[in-house]
Amino acid sequence: MADGRLQAERDGTALRLRLTGDWTLTHAAALLSRLGGLATAGLASEHVTGGGQRRAVLDTTGLGRLDTAGAILLVRLYRQVADQGFEIDWPQARREHRALFDYVGGAGEAITVWPPSGSGLIGMIEYLGWLTMFFVREARRFTAFIGQVTETAMLTALRPGRMRFTSMVHHMEETGLKALPIVGLLSFLIGMVMAYQGASQLQKFGAEIFVVDLIGISVLRELGVLLTAILIAGRSGSAFTAQIGTMKVNEEIAAMRTLGLDPVVVLVLPRMFALMLTLPVLTFFADVMGLCGGALMAWNTLGIDPYLFFSRLQEVIVPRTFIVGMVKAPVFAALIALVGCYEGLRVKRDAESVGRLTTRSVVQSIFLVILFDALFSIMFNILKV
Amino acid sequence: MAERERVITVRGLTNRFGEHTVHENLDLDVWRGEVLGVVGGSGSGKSVLLRTIIGLNQAVSGSIDLLGTDMIDGDPDALRAVRQRFGVLFQDGALFSSLTVAQNIQVPLKEFYDLPQDLLDEIAAAKVHMVGLPADAADKYPAELSGGMRKRAGLARALALDPEVVFFDEPTAGLDPIGAAAFDQLVRDLQQALGLTVFMVTHDLDSLYAICDRIAVLAEKKVLVTGSIETMLQEKHPWVMEYFHGPRARAAAITAAMDKR
Repeated sequence: MADGRLQAERDGTALRLRLTGDWTLTHAAALLSRLGGLATAGLASEHVTGGGQRRAVLDTTGLGRLDTAGAILLVRLYRQVADQGFEIDWPQARREHRALFDYVGGAGEAITVWPPSGSGLIGMIEYLGWLTMFFVREARRFTAFIGQVTETAMLTALRPGRMRFTSMVHHMEETGLKALPIVGLLSFLIGMVMAYQGASQLQKFGAEIFVVDLIGISVLRELGVLLTAILIAGRSGSAFTAQIGTMKVNEEIAAMRTLGLDPVVVLVLPRMFALMLTLPVLTFFADVMGLCGGALMAWNTLGIDPYLFFSRLQEVIVPRTFIVGMVKAPVFAALIALVGCYEGLRVKRDAESVGRLTTRSVVQSIFLVILFDALFSIMFNILKV
Repeated sequence: MAERERVITVRGLTNRFGEHTVHENLDLDVWRGEVLGVVGGSGSGKSVLLRTIIGLNQAVSGSIDLLGTDMIDGDPDALRAVRQRFGVLFQDGALFSSLTVAQNIQVPLKEFYDLPQDLLDEIAAAKVHMVGLPADAADKYPAELSGGMRKRAGLARALALDPEVVFFDEPTAGLDPIGAAAFDQLVRDLQQALGLTVFMVTHDLDSLYAICDRIAVLAEKKVLVTGSIETMLQEKHPWVMEYFHGPRARAAAITAAMDKR
């Protein structure tokens, strides 16, 4: 493969542009620097001041291969010279060269490859505005979705035959039973950590026994349910989004609709009810394991034996503490399931959006769980529970 | 056409998946500058043959020579080099969904060459124009395009490096008759303007009549017969008879005859 070259020379009164070698991608970078360095404009005016006429001849008899990149450079050269008011002749153009030249010459201007975006302060403000509108729109859509699901749930309650119980039991197994080991282990460890940290502080006041109050209240009221909800959001919320999203990519959701099946009934309700039933159970399990972890650590570091631990627990913990923790579980479950299904249904027909929306689903559901936990705290505080 | 140059040479190819033999001792030649249509029933291994030739599928035995490169035992450098000399259009375009059409076209350019962005953009614009897409399609994402446009965009990416050979896997599947005819015409035009060699797996009888110089019929684990459409019509093998004399084939033949007039 010969290097692509361009030579300019005087031929009578005309300017002869001789193209030789291969004008291909491989040589494009080298040619480009020469084409710029050639300063066609200067060359052309020099030719005119030297007594030449405004006529140019393209000589491509020595030209080997020409590809799109080469043709683009040729078009550029052609236009540069033509802009100088030159008349250009191209005798003996090979058919394939000419065809490619015409193809490329007919193309529009170079297109923007990156979508235009503002820069600096204006760009930031634009982005902020876009983001705000995005959140507003998203909140509206999500609220509408909650409404739709609630309505469908009500209608299904009137006709329980429509409810997919098999699917629900399947999801209870997936989201509940199979999550037991990890939920139990994590709660046990958190109970131990709480006891250990609490003990080292309380020992300074000689108030070791209060470690029971500390663990009892924090685990039963907050940690048990919050930890379980966050874990399930990461474990099951993401699975919901990915499952439904993949079905959306395959157009299974569309097929479902045309068969007269409501995706909310078939996909959303079983998942939501399954999670609303299993999350309280998981929370209860987490509570028990957290207390056990705490009791073990209290025995180990403070010498509070389990008998003492649990009798003290019975004295100080009123049932209300336990109930306050438990009532949050179904609410968190509904949030996680709704966000997971909602994001899944928003998947577009490309693989990338499945991943993006799965991430978003987990972040959103964890955010909402913590937000609602805070709202519960405020509410209980006002109600003096 | 005295001295024809072989672009693809397949000899004694055998492909097997588990117990199931797809190809056995298959031979095939493709000559420079021709449009070869590969037909065969579902499951006869048309796509497998295409994938084996371009090196996506490892054959059990046999030899494949594509543009002078051994595609089965060739060394990695040679394989990398030959990849710049052929392009593939997969069924639904197989565009990268996170990139715009122009970026898709520039992926191979950026991989193999170091060029300034303005030239890259100009090349992308030229390719978009070449495949008959409107200029504003260039900065759209694949999800925003229709099926026919995605195919054209896929073709633009396949042509990014100005290949000598282009492989098509059912290019007109899923297109409406008008879109399919337009795509056939586009393939023919580009093939003639750029001097391409085209290897096309297809089911579309209209495409066979309209643009294929030669047809290869895949059946009974090998290439049963090759030749022009006239050869096919004379062939006595029952499958070929049924294929080229069925009701759809007759309709396609009538259309083709009317086009010629």
